Amino acid sequence: MNVVVVGAGIVGAAIARKLSMYDLNLIILEKQPEAGWGITKANSGIVHAGYDDPPGTLRASLCSRGNMMYEEMCKQLKVDFKRIGSLVVAFTGDEVKVLHELMRRGELNNVKGLKLLDREEVLSLEPRLNGNVIAALYAETAGITEPWMVAIACVENAVQNGAKFLPNTKVIGFEIVKERIRYVLTDSDKIPADVVINATGMESDLLAKLAGVYHPPLHPRRGQYILIDKNAGNIVNSVIFPTPTEDSKGILVLPTVDGGTLIGPNAEDLSDRERESVSTTLEGLREVLEKASHLVPHLPVNRVIKTFAGLRPETPSKDFYITAETSPWGFVNVGGMRSPGLTAAPAIAEYVVEYLIPEKLHISLTRKKDFNPERRKIPHPADSTPEKWHEMIARDKRWGRIVCACNEVTEMEIREAIRRGARTLDAIKFRTRAMFGKCQGGFCTHRIMKILAEETGQALEDVLKAEAGSWILNGKVRP
Amino acid sequence: MAAALGAAEQGVEVLLVEREDRNGGVLNQCIHNGFGLHYFREELTGPEYAERFMKLIESRNIRTFTGAHVWKLAPFENTAFIVSESGIYDVYFDALVVTTGARERPFGALMIPGDRPAGIFTAGLAQRFVNIENHLPGKRALILGSGDIGLIMARRLTLEGMEVVGVVERLPYPGGLERNVQQCLVDFDIPLYLSHTVTGVEGKGRLERVYISEVDDEFKPVKGTEKVFEVDTLILSVGLIPQTEILKNFVEIDPKTFGFITSNTGRTSLDSVFAAGNDVIIYDLVDYVSTEGYTAGKHAALHALRKVTPSRRIPIIPGENIGVLFPRFYEEQEDLRIYVRVRKPLENVRVVVEPGIYSRKFDRVAPNEMITFTIPSEKIPPSLNRILVEVEKDEG
Repeated sequence: MNVVVVGAGIVGAAIARKLSMYDLNLIILEKQPEAGWGITKANSGIVHAGYDDPPGTLRASLCSRGNMMYEEMCKQLKVDFKRIGSLVVAFTGDEVKVLHELMRRGELNNVKGLKLLDREEVLSLEPRLNGNVIAALYAETAGITEPWMVAIACVENAVQNGAKFLPNTKVIGFEIVKERIRYVLTDSDKIPADVVINATGMESDLLAKLAGVYHPPLHPRRGQYILIDKNAGNIVNSVIFPTPTEDSKGILVLPTVDGGTLIGPNAEDLSDRERESVSTTLEGLREVLEKASHLVPHLPVNRVIKTFAGLRPETPSKDFYITAETSPWGFVNVGGMRSPGLTAAPAIAEYVVEYLIPEKLHISLTRKKDFNPERRKIPHPADSTPEKWHEMIARDKRWGRIVCACNEVTEMEIREAIRRGARTLDAIKFRTRAMFGKCQGGFCTHRIMKILAEETGQALEDVLKAEAGSWILNGKVRP
Repeated sequence: MAAALGAAEQGVEVLLVEREDRNGGVLNQCIHNGFGLHYFREELTGPEYAERFMKLIESRNIRTFTGAHVWKLAPFENTAFIVSESGIYDVYFDALVVTTGARERPFGALMIPGDRPAGIFTAGLAQRFVNIENHLPGKRALILGSGDIGLIMARRLTLEGMEVVGVVERLPYPGGLERNVQQCLVDFDIPLYLSHTVTGVEGKGRLERVYISEVDDEFKPVKGTEKVFEVDTLILSVGLIPQTEILKNFVEIDPKTFGFITSNTGRTSLDSVFAAGNDVIIYDLVDYVSTEGYTAGKHAALHALRKVTPSRRIPIIPGENIGVLFPRFYEEQEDLRIYVRVRKPLENVRVVVEPGIYSRKFDRVAPNEMITFTIPSEKIPPSLNRILVEVEKDEG
């Protein structure tokens, strides 16, 4: 059985990991140089509790189930996950009514640990919140993670268990014979396939079209973000949402897993031709800052270190679109992965592999006896004890050479990230947090480029920042 | 190095910890001249200036530990935890001088809208690539910010064969020294766009386009004044941020500038911890940094030797027109060297230190040239409750 997963975002990666538990020939295709570089890279990083999805929708059931699965998954994959809880805050009587409605939805969605808090209770949890708050809905099961690391870790774990990962590979078509997929055609190869998982995020309707399969049309909804340095200290302790509207969860303030603070996103609906438009705008950033400042006044704007934008794929029905097709047989759509796609990902993987594939495609999969769910993390000695770090340095002195001083990343961590497949500066950044700190690479970019060039045998001027064309240096000053 | 020297000359044992493989910091990549006119009375390049100090510290009881990163500081336990390729060390100290300098404000802090392509460099990183790594950062560049390093990079990149299409400054006057405006821009016909800022960057993969606009008094872009530059490189010289995070939970730090708040001896709010240089305020000249480094080293040593008990600290208050002021406290065991940066250019003014301690007339002052002067300690009554520094209109 040949299974090809197209797209190594959080959803494709989670499905691939789940599939790698079974005896089959698994190939993961990704058009970017790394897993998790599309929608997955730029979102709020929240593992939602699941109270705001309309009861009865697919996204409601998969969200609350996904939330329950996160802790164990992240423990196995050695990815940071913190169950810090969330607060939806209300400033008016009408907003309090919405909180009651969310509470009711949450109960229908089987969400545990919901509580309505009064003003004093809210402010004792979050002293920096706008003092005009009158109530909040507290959800203790909400958490935060690093979305791209979940995707990278899932892919690494799948590869550990026998899957093949092909980055920089774009699917351009399918060979279909007698209503069955035979091959996936890529820009460089022809790959045999019995089952194809379409997890292509912002492009899943386009890929479905290539296979001649229906998929509701997608359009991108762009969200802009502002990141505040961890050195500003704890601004909030949990995820702070405004009261949502029918259309959007609103602009939030939340901690990141490494101690920074993220604010955003706004929501701009773009046309279906703007599927790569991750530019920020003056109005967008202003809106984020204004609305976030309403939730939490006096945000330390002088500690901002980064602004960015991400896309979410929206369908007209605003629900996930997950189907197993029989014409051609074996094409599985996993599309419309708007919020809470990150949260739902492990539950989606379970739904696709344990329900859709056996029930709809009538394939019985056999579990591997030797599946290993544990991923080995790149060690980060700055988080360990002096004794342990000392030992590591005694084994290899490169554990003692700090390359990125802001986040205390050692030379060995950089080298290990490259050995695991990082080929560009951004790939190293997302895997190690080097260049991710307060100086944003001002002090260490040249050092990391040298290590990357050395490990890969490239010339320094051939090192890229991210995608093809993102060159950094223009040759030598003198020969 | 100046602090190590100042300390060693008092007869204490000194450990100098440096995270790079070589002492000297950013001086090593500043291959232009203009250093040392005050401190050594001659004009040196950055590496030459650093080398002078390397020679000076070689002859003293100073151990240097390069390639060493201070992981944690426990100032109440007088201990530093240091990481290096030879292992982890706990180092005990009687006094500590923090001379961690400043970092460049990164692109992300400016909240400039647009794409996030390759080709956007802080001036210091670009300088590192050109002067040390022997690589050019691009072909055609625009420079944002007219601080000294931005001006110097405009010249350097031009000399090394890149095209520099202009320097953009949001203030109505340049940020760097006059002499650098003349020698780096005017002499090379590089346009300076004052009261302008970058309003957008575009590029897929690599930077392709930069948009600039004129700004009003509140630095808001003025509609209809947009210009577009087809450049593959944007160099940022948009300010330096003191590197004080390692002690942020232990000593007083200016919440606006992030600089350590110290007295004229370099002492921070903790008696045994001193700081000097660009981690306190951003200086114009390395000569000033060395002078204050030396002073902080000396007083740290005196503290370690328990030769003096900290005297009463008299607060120094910034008054009218003062943008940057050093020091923020006065201790009587050292003369009072004051460094002042005014908020805006002014003519016919008087710099005064109250009550009646100092007064001097200036025809013209501007934020890009610091004013510095020394008041001997015997001229300051120790009973003062506060000292006020202001720049006022000269009525005479």
